[in-house]
Amino acid sequence: MSIALDIHVKEKRYGARTVLRDVSLQLQEGEVVSLIGASGCGKSSLLSIASGLDRDFSGEIRLSGKPLNGASSDIGFIFQEPRLFPWLTVAQNLAFSGDNPQLVTRLLAEVGLQDHAGALPKQLSGGQAQRAAIARGLFTQPRVLLLDEPFSAVDAFTRMKLQDLLLKVALEHRLTVLLVTHDIDEALYLSDRIVLLDGGLTEFHPGPAPRKRGDVDAARLKAAILDSLQV
Amino acid sequence: MSSRLLTPVDAPSVADAAELAHAAAGVMRAAAAIRVRRILLALLLPVTALLAIEFAVRTGLIPVNLLPAPTQIIETMRDLGAQGLIGHITASTLRVAAGFASGAALAVLLGATVGLSRHAEAILDPTFQALRAIPSLAWVPLLLLWLGIDEAPKIVLIAIGAFFPIYMGVASGIRGVDRKLIEVARLYRLSSIALTKRVLLPAALPAILTGLRNGLSLAWMFMVAAELIAASKGLGYLLSDGRETSRADIVLAAIALLAILGKISDTLMAAIERRSLAWRDSYA
Repeated sequence: MSIALDIHVKEKRYGARTVLRDVSLQLQEGEVVSLIGASGCGKSSLLSIASGLDRDFSGEIRLSGKPLNGASSDIGFIFQEPRLFPWLTVAQNLAFSGDNPQLVTRLLAEVGLQDHAGALPKQLSGGQAQRAAIARGLFTQPRVLLLDEPFSAVDAFTRMKLQDLLLKVALEHRLTVLLVTHDIDEALYLSDRIVLLDGGLTEFHPGPAPRKRGDVDAARLKAAILDSLQV
Repeated sequence: MSSRLLTPVDAPSVADAAELAHAAAGVMRAAAAIRVRRILLALLLPVTALLAIEFAVRTGLIPVNLLPAPTQIIETMRDLGAQGLIGHITASTLRVAAGFASGAALAVLLGATVGLSRHAEAILDPTFQALRAIPSLAWVPLLLLWLGIDEAPKIVLIAIGAFFPIYMGVASGIRGVDRKLIEVARLYRLSSIALTKRVLLPAALPAILTGLRNGLSLAWMFMVAAELIAASKGLGYLLSDGRETSRADIVLAAIALLAILGKISDTLMAAIERRSLAWRDSYA
């Protein structure tokens, strides 16, 4: 299996403050990796660098072996909030980067919003808006999907549904996924590999998918992760 | 040809349909009642005030030469109607339209430039802020000197009045666009022109429309200032004429017409605003 995304950050600073130093992370094709860590440890900064949005760092990002210089249609990005353009309908939001009505219809059906194509974002619930954001992230048919705490603003039941939706689309679209999350249970449920960012990187392997929520092994691993975080 | 037959379970019965129609009619009746109530509430204060003035003037509490009775003002309007009132209204409205259109066009252009470019902001904004502080009447002597007493100084003065609120609305609207939406647009590597057209201007539209609405109301105010000084036609001229001939009824008729025309234009702008911003998730 080849490396889909190769992240190497020598240093990322905000003014005098260094948030990342000598961080290297490789994602295999089709792998779902969760990045966890305490607030302010640089998770979102690392994701922003990996997306090509933030180029103010020293180091290198390679996408399928090629250097990444800026945002790419091969990388989809889902933010913490849906960030839909409020003046556009759901379908128009999806097709923001190009005109492909068939793809819009297919993606809306995949995320269960086929009846909301003409709705404005204000008419959607939080979960529906995040589903629309996921569909928009898939519109460019990316190979890599980056998600920055995408389910943190929705209720527990919606979160579980969205997690299952993410697993489904990741499998169907053969995506390589890097997910930043605060929720260790979410990381355990979704990931092939969990990476703890805490100065350096520590890896945990929940085992092969599909996993069950509240699994005994997962509980043991959760305890180990919390121990590493000294919680 | 196949058709889906309604089963007894999902086919609405005649009674259900009648009940739904009855409920819909009830909702429409309630909405109409709310609209009527709002109109009545809006009329309460002016109608009460007009009745009180009518009473005070008719009973001699207020001298008629200072404040004519509302019925006398209506009579004056009727007389003015026979003496070319439409011509005055048309002259003023055309001046407002021309001044507002030219001021708004320039304001949108310069406001967008300042909103989009920090360099343009550093060069232009301090000067515009200083010019904004100049009272409208201070421009009049200069405009009369430069442009004579014809239409040009009036239209330029109205354009100046409309310019600043629109300029402020456009510039601050663009600068205030949510950074998060721009971040989304950057994912799609939009060009500067596409970013402006597809994200910045739509996102700034609420502030731009507020600026246009304020600009239009200032255009009416500046029109009066322009016509008070040098005009032979228009509602400002009527105000001046009424003062010179000590006809308070003409002055008040002109003021009432200005209020009506200002309200009509503001209502039109508000309707455009409501329609253009139907997507906004706002309180009201």
